Amino acid sequence: MSEPALGQPVAAAAVVDRAPRRKSWLRRFVEHRSGLVGLVGVVIVLVAALFAPLLAPHDPAHQYFDGLTIEGDPLPPSSTYLFGTDTLGRDLLSRVLFGARVSLLVGVLANGAAVLIGLIVGVSAGYFRGWVEVVLMRLTDVMTAFPALILAIALAAILRPSLWIVALVIALVNWVWIARAVYAQVLSTARREFVEAAGALGARTPRILGRYILPQLVSTLMVFGTLGISSTVLLEASLSFLGVGVQPPTPSWGGIINESQSYFLNAPWLVIFPGAAILIASLSFNLLGEALRDSLDLAERR
Amino acid sequence: MKTVGTRSGQVPRGSGHGMAVRGWLLACALGVATVFGLAGAQGVMGGSAVVSFQDDVSTLDPAIGYDWQNWSIIKSIFDGLTDYEPGTTNIVPHLASSWTVSDDGLTYTFNLRDDVVFHNGRPFVASDVKYSLERVLAPETGSPGQGFYLTIAGAEEFIDGAADEVSGIQVVDDHTVTISTSAPDASILHKLALNFAHVVPQEAVEASGGDFGHEPVGTGGFKLSEWVLGQRLVLERNPDYFEDGLPYLDELVFQIGLDPNVAFLSLQRGEVDLLGDGIPSARYTEVLADPVLSELVNVGEQLQTGYVTINVTIEPFDDVRIRQALNHAINKDRIVRIINNRAVPAVQYLPPLDESHDPNYTGYPYDPELARQLIAEAGYPEGFDTVLYAYNVAPNDRIAQAIQADLAEVGVNVELRTQAQSTVIEAGGAGEAPLIWSGGMAWIADYPDPNNFYWPILACASNIPGGWNWSKYCNEDAEAKAAHADTLAGADQHDERVALWREIFTQVQADAPWIPIFHELQVSMHSAGVTGPDGIFTDPMHIPVHYEYMQRAE
Amino acid sequence: MIPYLARRAVQAVGVLFGVSVITFLLAFLLPADPARMIAGRSATVATVENIRTQLGLDRPIHQQYVSYLGRLFQGDLGRSYAQRTDVNRIVKSRLAPTLQLALAGIFFELLIGVPAGIIAAIRRGTAVDQTVMTLAFVGVSAPQFVVGLLLIYFLAYLVPIFPLGGYGTWKHLVLPAIAVGLAGGGWYARVTRSAMVEVLRQDYVRTARAKGLLPNRVVFKHVLKNAVLPVVALIGLDIGVFMGGIVVVETVFGWPGIGQMIWQAIRLVDIPVIMGGVLVTALFVVVGNLVADLIYPVLDPRIRYT
Repeated sequence: MSEPALGQPVAAAAVVDRAPRRKSWLRRFVEHRSGLVGLVGVVIVLVAALFAPLLAPHDPAHQYFDGLTIEGDPLPPSSTYLFGTDTLGRDLLSRVLFGARVSLLVGVLANGAAVLIGLIVGVSAGYFRGWVEVVLMRLTDVMTAFPALILAIALAAILRPSLWIVALVIALVNWVWIARAVYAQVLSTARREFVEAAGALGARTPRILGRYILPQLVSTLMVFGTLGISSTVLLEASLSFLGVGVQPPTPSWGGIINESQSYFLNAPWLVIFPGAAILIASLSFNLLGEALRDSLDLAERR
Repeated sequence: MKTVGTRSGQVPRGSGHGMAVRGWLLACALGVATVFGLAGAQGVMGGSAVVSFQDDVSTLDPAIGYDWQNWSIIKSIFDGLTDYEPGTTNIVPHLASSWTVSDDGLTYTFNLRDDVVFHNGRPFVASDVKYSLERVLAPETGSPGQGFYLTIAGAEEFIDGAADEVSGIQVVDDHTVTISTSAPDASILHKLALNFAHVVPQEAVEASGGDFGHEPVGTGGFKLSEWVLGQRLVLERNPDYFEDGLPYLDELVFQIGLDPNVAFLSLQRGEVDLLGDGIPSARYTEVLADPVLSELVNVGEQLQTGYVTINVTIEPFDDVRIRQALNHAINKDRIVRIINNRAVPAVQYLPPLDESHDPNYTGYPYDPELARQLIAEAGYPEGFDTVLYAYNVAPNDRIAQAIQADLAEVGVNVELRTQAQSTVIEAGGAGEAPLIWSGGMAWIADYPDPNNFYWPILACASNIPGGWNWSKYCNEDAEAKAAHADTLAGADQHDERVALWREIFTQVQADAPWIPIFHELQVSMHSAGVTGPDGIFTDPMHIPVHYEYMQRAE
Repeated sequence: MIPYLARRAVQAVGVLFGVSVITFLLAFLLPADPARMIAGRSATVATVENIRTQLGLDRPIHQQYVSYLGRLFQGDLGRSYAQRTDVNRIVKSRLAPTLQLALAGIFFELLIGVPAGIIAAIRRGTAVDQTVMTLAFVGVSAPQFVVGLLLIYFLAYLVPIFPLGGYGTWKHLVLPAIAVGLAGGGWYARVTRSAMVEVLRQDYVRTARAKGLLPNRVVFKHVLKNAVLPVVALIGLDIGVFMGGIVVVETVFGWPGIGQMIWQAIRLVDIPVIMGGVLVTALFVVVGNLVADLIYPVLDPRIRYT
């Protein structure tokens, strides 16, 4: 459905009209090469998470006496330890496989929750304006300045440390980014003539939101939803370090990096492999997401 | 990288034995300074050196400073009545040129040097000693060291406000002061060597308006010349220092905020002369393997033990068999390897530097089979679950995981809680933690005396809410012996005291309230540009370095 | 405009108040005892209690908070428990470096991210786009500590172009700012690209271009102005968040920022310093978001504040 700017001849739209949209979305998806790559990536990560016990060559918690050099340093990749060992002599490959669970949970779910909360706040503030806007945006200010670290430590002591606390803290803290970005976009979009016209024509709020506002936001949401996987996974590591989330020996990609990063110049594999895992996960979700969006025409407005 | 102290605000202290000195007339102690010119490499006078630290120096007030970073800096700016021979744990005279002890062992008469001048020009006199000690005891100061000096007669009354001076400290004349204790105190000379007893001038303290910690004025070899908070602290030579020939350096610069890995790179480039936080773990092996770099590394002992406290009030740890089983379950050699062999495995609680350390004691050898047996005997054939707390900063988290793995082998399923230091200390003090790995938090002795390894962490007296006796252990018999041992203050009672403490620790160890894991070594690295007498780079008392003896190499 | 600013100022006070109350409460919920941390491990119970009294920690929380507020209104942030000196002084010593790093960091984020995002949007679907997108992900996924270490190793150690960490000259600022810019740049690139693509898709834009009605440059400017809105949102947030300090970067480069100050204070349970740091952060968060809000109408005149 086109919404020509006032004064533009509608006929002009036909000039740039695409080929008839009769192909199924699945077809278009398959033709989207990068989407396939993304799908493969996501499947790999999911398989790792679900089937880690079957795939891992070693117990991720087992500290091999021979897993360290005589001086006590980690071993580089070899035939026994395909990804090398970590600072306690544990097999890195197994830890990376098992780490997928924690990291996916946090990266996808916690981050997803943050995106959702941010979306609701940003849209409400930007569309409804008035006191809703004031309250929500000032709340955003408070949560941005809010010392999440302290909250995390306090929670770790009051409740038993668990991954859910980490997910909660992440969701509570990260939504501000999405909220502010969405707010800016909604402020602009809501003022567009076509939206105001639709309103004047009697369209109800949910329709306006669903039809005009939200599609504009899909791309931005996708960015936060996918890039956010990376930053969230790394953030989980910091929080677990404080004793809030997963406790050793449970591995997580961010956690492995966190405990090994000062060894980077001597044992780079300890950062490269989990880092690559994070990269693959977030990039794959992104490629997949973009391909789905394009093939489902979520953002197109025809 | 040290497990204790690096970023934990720890107070490292060396160890040694209580050497209650009696009737020494060490007038020739002045010659002691020349002795140190002989041992070790000889450098030159003058020049400047740079020391790196990651954490900021919090304060230079000797009554308050109790950190890793500031302990030795304070010792360079201030002096006490007594001090330690550099690189050792032997007490020597310092501001006091000699002292005598009364026959009943209660009163020490100190003869003070008459050539000492404060950085503000005023000569040091006996009333400064009285002022400084009273300042530490005074409640308004809020000194962490207040508790050390309660044995001085009249201290309690002064603290309570019943008296407006401490009766046990008497100024006889400008260069003589007597200190009386309410009961014979074998470690009084050590306590007077602590930073808390270092001498401060009243007029400077009052002029600073409560900020003496940032405007220190002392009698020491260095004085503060510049301090940019969070970035840099510069000391310059005190030309009027009473020790001839000291300090060697004209200037000592402390660079703050440097990450140990980056500091190491700076050292290699010659921009840093001493790694205050030690060699980063990641580079350790590489350094030792390098013929050039390994020459710059010093390894020394310290009065430290890392242990796991077992809370004897929490089931099933009330059964001594379980505790002993845990002791048998840990592979200490493996743990030591995880920290690059920067420690020696421990079978007892006292470190080797301590006089009462028993070289013949074998303790509980590594024997997982025996451990399983004992646990089954105690009624847990299937094992049991428990929780281990640890400080989350490396390498303590790794050590805790290694302990967790070892205990899993014998059926003890450990949930690990690696948290902020303050949180673990809180849980320990409250008695909520079944097991705690002490690394990064405890215990380095404040002074070289076995009683410092007993009273704060094993005594019934410290088995209180908030106390550092995290095992909540109390052995009345051992306590009585300990109290008695501390009254053996005479020089002729010295051997008896050492033997008695040895006996006390053997008795406590039979109860196994701890699992001693290792005695950490002090490892430091300096650039080729600096040198000094043997032992000053791993000085057990002037931790980490005895700055006055540091010299430029050419 | 003035009434709007006045309203925002009042709201800012509310925000600062809210943050201070929450932080204060949380600090006391921390399972740690400041008095015990300060007293150290060799203190007797009496010493710990004495220190607790000296610091006023034995009073009920609301009383302590009221005292704190009272001093705050006089511009006094209290005294640090650990350093026994004015928090004002400690915070002041950290402000300039933090501000420098924040601004330089944002500069590099924009420098790296926005052009990349624009190029990717224009060349959408091509290999250029894929490359830029992947690089953005790499930038965000790479742990900042490692990036910092690598920057130091190659650009300060092996090839001594820049100093090995520390603070002082503009040279000291470059590497830490780049480290910040590389990570944030990825975000800016992606957000710029997606916002631009969004606008480029819109029919009226495509129509206009197809008809040649408007020269490319004008379309470009128009597209950019609208696409930049979410970027401005991020900048606003970055100002605030960076002023709260970027601990990892500060740690690696030895940059004397507020982040390290707060981090050390949390470890030592030095509540006045924590409060001081958080309040400074809150102030800049408010300012940053306000600046962003003031820029939106400039970019899109349809946006109006009542």
